[in-house]
Amino acid sequence: MTEPADPPFVEFDRVQKSYDGETLVVKDLNLQMPKGEFLTMLGPSGSGKTTCLMMLAGFETATHGDIRLDGKPINNIPPHKRGIGMVFQNYALFPHMTVAENLAFPLEVRGEAKTDREARVHTALEMVQMGDFGARRPAQLSGGQRQRVALARALVFEPELVLMDEPLGALDKQLREHMQFEIKHLHEKLGITVVYVTHDQTEALTMSDRVAVFNDGVIQQLAPPDELYERPQNSFVAGFIGENNRLEGKIEGIEADKAVVRLKTGELIDATPVNVTSVGQETLVSIRPERVEFKPENFDEGAHTIEAEVLEFIYMGDSFRTRLRVAGHDDFVMKSRNMLGQERLQPGRKLPISWHPQDARALDAM
Amino acid sequence: MSDAVSDPSRSETLTTADGKPLKAALARAQARNRRRAFYLVLPLLLFVVVTFLIPIGQMLSMSVNNPAFYSWKDRDTGEKVPLMVDLRAWFDENPVGTEPDEAAYAALAAGLAHARETKSIGQIGTRINYEVSGTRSMFTKSARRAEKLEPPFKEALLDIDEDWADPRLWSAMRNASKSFTVDFYLAALDYTRDADGNVVKVEEERAVYILLFKRTLVLSAFITLLTLVLGFPIAHLLATLPLRHSNLLMIFVLLPFWTSLLVRTTSWIVLLQSQGVINDVWVATGLIGDENRLQMIYNQTGTVIAMTHILLPFMVLPLYSVMRPIDPSYVRAARSLGATSWTAFRRVYLPQTVPGIGAGGLLVFILAVGYYITPALVGGSSGQLISNLIAFHMQKSLNWSLAAALASLLLAGVLLLYWLYDRLVGIDNLKLG
Repeated sequence: MTEPADPPFVEFDRVQKSYDGETLVVKDLNLQMPKGEFLTMLGPSGSGKTTCLMMLAGFETATHGDIRLDGKPINNIPPHKRGIGMVFQNYALFPHMTVAENLAFPLEVRGEAKTDREARVHTALEMVQMGDFGARRPAQLSGGQRQRVALARALVFEPELVLMDEPLGALDKQLREHMQFEIKHLHEKLGITVVYVTHDQTEALTMSDRVAVFNDGVIQQLAPPDELYERPQNSFVAGFIGENNRLEGKIEGIEADKAVVRLKTGELIDATPVNVTSVGQETLVSIRPERVEFKPENFDEGAHTIEAEVLEFIYMGDSFRTRLRVAGHDDFVMKSRNMLGQERLQPGRKLPISWHPQDARALDAM
Repeated sequence: MSDAVSDPSRSETLTTADGKPLKAALARAQARNRRRAFYLVLPLLLFVVVTFLIPIGQMLSMSVNNPAFYSWKDRDTGEKVPLMVDLRAWFDENPVGTEPDEAAYAALAAGLAHARETKSIGQIGTRINYEVSGTRSMFTKSARRAEKLEPPFKEALLDIDEDWADPRLWSAMRNASKSFTVDFYLAALDYTRDADGNVVKVEEERAVYILLFKRTLVLSAFITLLTLVLGFPIAHLLATLPLRHSNLLMIFVLLPFWTSLLVRTTSWIVLLQSQGVINDVWVATGLIGDENRLQMIYNQTGTVIAMTHILLPFMVLPLYSVMRPIDPSYVRAARSLGATSWTAFRRVYLPQTVPGIGAGGLLVFILAVGYYITPALVGGSSGQLISNLIAFHMQKSLNWSLAAALASLLLAGVLLLYWLYDRLVGIDNLKLG
């Protein structure tokens, strides 16, 4: 999946962008997308993800490099000739037009006949379950309804590529989750290519075929969601995606798929080496809270254990969070499922914990 | 009581816990706050009523009621003295168009004598002079000798001045005796009454008011259009520039506001006059010959240039306040949907600025229609507006009733525009900064 066999549909080739001629917002971006992919650009604000989207849409010009769409460079094509659908964060529904007029707009500027227009507007509205709202004004719609209309408007002229700039940012949690599925289903049904920008990692993980994690103008990792979560390539990705416990140390011994790390407090732990290569190197070991074990019967055979002290027990409904003191860190979190017979650890208790070496990843020390 | 409770419409009214109507309870609860708010605005309200509403109302009432011919307020005692009592009685008895007989002349002579006694003859003469010019001196002259006149009064008065027989004069006096008259409105619209009291158009060469109303409306509309054309790009620039730059630009827009209107107008004189800066530059660069210096001031051109400049901020500010909150993503959305930049502007951006265009246009137009100082200074004779004529009647000819009639017509026109705007765009959409 990382190296698509077909010629890429969207391609960023050594793209750089600077606004002031002094700093690069996007540094040497290379990205290839096959047709029909749902790719999410994820990153903190200011990481360059929105700039990339704007360059693709044509509202910003690349300072250097080529952006190709279906094999053709589009650097000099104005936005209205690119035929890319776009959904904006604030929806950007034209307030002086009705919903139907909003949807008819892209067809109208393409000179489509009135009868065809009406039929397509109707179909598009039906598609987002807004068939009865054609005569309303955007101001008379709720946030979720506006979102659907914006989606329908971006799709009504049947673009092959649709860009979405944090489209669900303004919705409340429940509606957001619902819309995530709807967008995902539309993508599958229509077979369109989608570039989706968000800073919400849950959104990125649930919806995408691949996720590009941006930081500091560079793609830190480009991978499918499960790989991104389970096998982060560097400590930024590990820290940005999901919760994670970090322990600093030095490589004590290293084999092909296993490294022994000596923590600063002296304990030894097992980990999988990711981007560390030599003994003596500084490293940051990242462990997901849900992969930490405290029941000796679940410990991996021969794995090192480490002493922990329970500081706090938090009841979260579906799960328990237990805050531990491990190797001098007060914020080591262990997550366990709330199931029948699950033990609730009381503060003050001391116990050994462990994990599978595959679940602890020795990354570069930041 | 039980009937009232079972009545469905009664049972629907909400009540408080102890059964009082909710609305009454709410009104009582809010009454204190309302009273306090009212007391806070009371000083301003009184100020406005005393200094603004009452004088203007009085002024406007003069346009339909000018008592100068039949009532005199004694300066010493403050008493109201009725004038021309006998003559008015004669007018009441005889219908319009009756040839004035001896009785009428006798009544007139008595009235004139009484007027001289009460020193009100000047006021009477001026009043009739509005209608029939050149008659003021006739009244004062005749009044001086009125006491000594012997019957028959007709001959005696005609002896003093032949013009006493003029039917237009008698028609004017009859009209001036009425407590309610529309004659000033007729005059303001270039109509007058002939000897028989019929409404007729005034002679072509004396018709000025319609022409001036038209000129005022046309010039104001033109100035409004100019300010829109010039102001729209500036407002757009102000709204889209980063705040740091737009603030600086805003100061340039507002700078004229902090300068006296008189200074701005006179500096246009310096710039535009035929020996002025602009003409000098053009002559110096050889663009025009020394003998064909352009006449850009003391005519309509001067009025238009100076007023456009002065009224420009009134267009820019409402436009700016409407444009500022328009998110750039609207135009971007339109572009991404396939619209050229021109289509995106026309179909998406422009419609959203309509409330600003309406507010700015209405504001500039209303200000322009009533503009006085600038046209007075730079307008020459061809650049005068209706307000200059109103000022003329207030200050020079002292025909306040006609001035009031002209002003009310102007006011009515502006209110009509306002009403039209409300119907077409809606006052709620009006945004003034």
